[in-house]
Amino acid sequence: MAEYEQIDLDVVVIGAGGAGLRAAIEAKQRGLRTAIVCKSLLGKAHTVMAEGGAAAAMGNVWSEDNWKVHFRDTIRGGKMLGNWRMAQLHAQESPDRIHELEAWGALFDRTKDGRIHQRDFGGHRYARLAHVGDRTGLELIRTLQQRAVALDIDVFMETKILRLLKNPSGEVSGAVGYHRPTGKMVVFTAKAFVLATGGIGRSWKYSTNSWESTGDGHALALWAGADIIDMECMQFHPTGMVWPLSVRGLLVTEGVRGDGGILRNSEGQRFMFNYIPEVFAAETADNEAEADRWYEDHINNRRPPELLPRDEVARSINAEVKAGRGGPHGGVYLDIASRRSSEFIQRQLPSMYHQFKELAGVDITKEAMEVGPTCHYIMGGIRVEPDTAASTIPGLFAAGEVAGGLHGANRLGGNSLSDLLVFGRRAGMGASDYADSRTSGTTVDSTEIERIIDEARAPLAREGGENPYDLQRDLQETMQNLVGIIRTGTELTQALSEIDALKERVPNLSVNGGIAYNPGWNLATDLPAMLSVCTMVTMGAIERKESRGGHTRDDYPKSDPAFGKINFVQRLNGSGECVVSPEPLPEMPDELKALLEEGAH
Amino acid sequence: MADVVMRIWRGDSEGGEFQDFPTQVSEGEVVLDVVHRIQAEDAPDLACRWNCKAGKCGSCSAEINGLPHLMCMTRMDTLPTEEPVVIAPMKTFPIIRDLVTDVSFNYEMARRLPPFAPKDPGPDGTYRMQQIDVERGQEFRKCIECFMCQDICHVIRDHEENKEHYAGPRLFIRYMELESHPLDTNDRRELLREEMGLGYCNITKCCTEVCPEHIKITDNAIIPLKERVVDASYDPVAWLGRKILRRTKKTATEAANHRTDPKPVKASQ
Ligand SMILES: Cc1cc2nc3c(=O)[nH]c(=O)nc-3n(C[C@H](O)[C@H](O)[C@H](O)COP(=O)(O)OP(=O)(O)OC[C@H]3O[C@@H](n4cnc5c(N)ncnc54)[C@H](O)[C@@H]3O)c2cc1C
Ligand code: SF4
Ligand code: SF4
Ligand code: FES
Repeated sequence: MAEYEQIDLDVVVIGAGGAGLRAAIEAKQRGLRTAIVCKSLLGKAHTVMAEGGAAAAMGNVWSEDNWKVHFRDTIRGGKMLGNWRMAQLHAQESPDRIHELEAWGALFDRTKDGRIHQRDFGGHRYARLAHVGDRTGLELIRTLQQRAVALDIDVFMETKILRLLKNPSGEVSGAVGYHRPTGKMVVFTAKAFVLATGGIGRSWKYSTNSWESTGDGHALALWAGADIIDMECMQFHPTGMVWPLSVRGLLVTEGVRGDGGILRNSEGQRFMFNYIPEVFAAETADNEAEADRWYEDHINNRRPPELLPRDEVARSINAEVKAGRGGPHGGVYLDIASRRSSEFIQRQLPSMYHQFKELAGVDITKEAMEVGPTCHYIMGGIRVEPDTAASTIPGLFAAGEVAGGLHGANRLGGNSLSDLLVFGRRAGMGASDYADSRTSGTTVDSTEIERIIDEARAPLAREGGENPYDLQRDLQETMQNLVGIIRTGTELTQALSEIDALKERVPNLSVNGGIAYNPGWNLATDLPAMLSVCTMVTMGAIERKESRGGHTRDDYPKSDPAFGKINFVQRLNGSGECVVSPEPLPEMPDELKALLEEGAH
Repeated sequence: MADVVMRIWRGDSEGGEFQDFPTQVSEGEVVLDVVHRIQAEDAPDLACRWNCKAGKCGSCSAEINGLPHLMCMTRMDTLPTEEPVVIAPMKTFPIIRDLVTDVSFNYEMARRLPPFAPKDPGPDGTYRMQQIDVERGQEFRKCIECFMCQDICHVIRDHEENKEHYAGPRLFIRYMELESHPLDTNDRRELLREEMGLGYCNITKCCTEVCPEHIKITDNAIIPLKERVVDASYDPVAWLGRKILRRTKKTATEAANHRTDPKPVKASQ
């Protein structure tokens, strides 16, 4: 008999990044018994790493800005695949969510007239990112953390959820997990659950993501029967560090380009001018003089091509390096040193300055940085009802990077942090309303709990099996090489069979040492989710026989309007296998369609 | 590739010992890279914390050759390799396993802090604050909660019994952040003196020296706090008056040597 502790609540939020904290705050403010569960310590979730800022059309720097322009930028940046209602709510509510952070103690950088300053970022028509230097994520998570503490929300730190449980009538009612410091098992029962588990980037070799981003929430939802959409849409950030090897993949914020940085190849050419796509031609400068004037005057000049949406820039860098015009470590040059004063750079980009100086021995106020694409963000995720953040199964809600829909095929920089706030709050509301009106019990099946616990513990008992780190490394190789930034049908099919072969190695994993704070064992319990998620990414990528946003197919290099009208939805079939089906995008109302057509202003 | 011996503490609350791992180091590697390689190849159960690998999350604090450092920001080529590189968990906190300690003391102290209580917003529902007035607070908000200042502070490093009534440098900067927050209205000075042990600090500045964010913990937080706390007058009106006056003064001096705003001039300004 497996032993476990049982804790009963109204709302359990899984994840303590921006989305999870905001959801929990909402539920708690509405008087529900609320707890947060997270894999790391409080305040260490991925959100803490966000640099550039949070996008909100407050119009503090450019009074021309408003939610309609933000909506248009988000949908167009997402290559028309985004969910219109989510994009609308996001654009409309972001300013309030940012202001609310100030009322909870956040200190954003200011404009001269004392309002929140906003910086330029790729794909945003106006300077729109509220920020604190380049450590905005820290400000956001700390503010929410302090608010959560002030509200006295229970936080179960360093606790990993393994599976969700349903009651006999099919409502999500429980979650099984373990406390990492002790290895002790725990079962949470509650009337509503919110998944806010973040991203999946850990399964790629070169990635900006931490060990936590193993896609647990995507897998938990899939296994519980929820719909998952757009998993082929993975964002490769154009500028990751490439050297030294030990930091390869680490993020270089888009703020560098937003604040004036430009890209050059090994021949010194500002190559982005050669890669301006038709759809953005009308709003992108085609010569250096105009591009440089834009920083001072957004109205009479078009934006520099370095600030095209991320998918465009990442592909262009990739093409330059492939054509033999890359630097010594396989990247291109990102230069702000020759364009802005040392003072300016150190003030606007302090953590980038620090990061390059300490880790690469490069002074970014004097030299260019060598950069290349790195795996960064999953646009796809749990299918949610926009207004309530409800998943397709009762009792389960989702917000933040784990939810799909808002960003379509490509996310604009800064839209994630505001996404966390807007939909974190909505998930908290949705879950609270659901919990309040729920009448059914939260009885969960103890045999199932025991089965989950036994399965999780199995690698500790097994001797002479495989080291989980080896399996993880092989998975990262497969995903990096075969499901990377540029994809082809044959490689994707090969990836799928490699992932299947990797899955067969899971029952043979073994770890030595005890159950208390054992990272090898923790990884063994992460791998099933990683493998399921990688399968979804690959299956989606096989089906989407076109190129769109973060998904680029070498064998189908063009966008196909027919594919632009469908989401690929993945779910388990009757026999527990994941299947993909194309389903039409929700139809955008005409008045919103009209906004897309409107010109640059 | 250079050869090096990593001498890592292994054990739990019951006890433990250092274990040697001979390994190779390649160009640009940091201590955390080497620890990860040992984990992946030799000791998958070697416990350590990390998240960002870029000095942003404050998870990977440990004592390297006797002093607290972030493992992810300590380059191997800055350490002497003739001798073993000694890596131990932070001493001030109870051990969980290997390099992982129980830092809940810090979270407990954060819970005991009376929360931020803002004044009312302006007529449009938002706040106006000048850059110069938020900068002091911003310095403290750079804190990544690595807890290395708490680790090095002798008041609790050598005296477990002090923890009950000592907030420590991490929290002192939080108190000072709120003290200097343009919107906050809570007065926490009495609490600081009575229950948070501000008086125990004898300004050795060890905390400032280890702070990876280069926050001037002693000069900019602890010393000014001490001044305010010893201030005999607890008259809230006078306190508020001084709070405002002080800021005006600071603004004037800081404004004198403040650089010109490098941001391009924007249409709406
Ligand atoms: C380096 C970097 C810079 C970025 N900069 C920006 C930026 O400037 N602007 C912007 O908008 N976006 C940025 N992003 C993206 C953005 O930061 C993330 O998408 C966002 O923070 C995700 O937040 P989240 O709340 O969804 O999840 P996360 O912050 O990733 O948190 C996930 C939480 O879920 C928990 N969790 C996961 N699985 C489990 C489980 N099984 N059991 C229990 N808990 C679990 C984790 O412990 C964690 O607490 C950046 C990303 C990176 C990596
Ligand atoms: S200055 Fe004060 S708080 Fe800092 S280490 Fe010394 S005694 Fe501790
Ligand atoms: S003040 Fe500095 S040393 Fe102390 S916890 Fe914060 S970042 Fe770490
Ligand atoms: S891993 Fe984040 S600070 Fe070292």
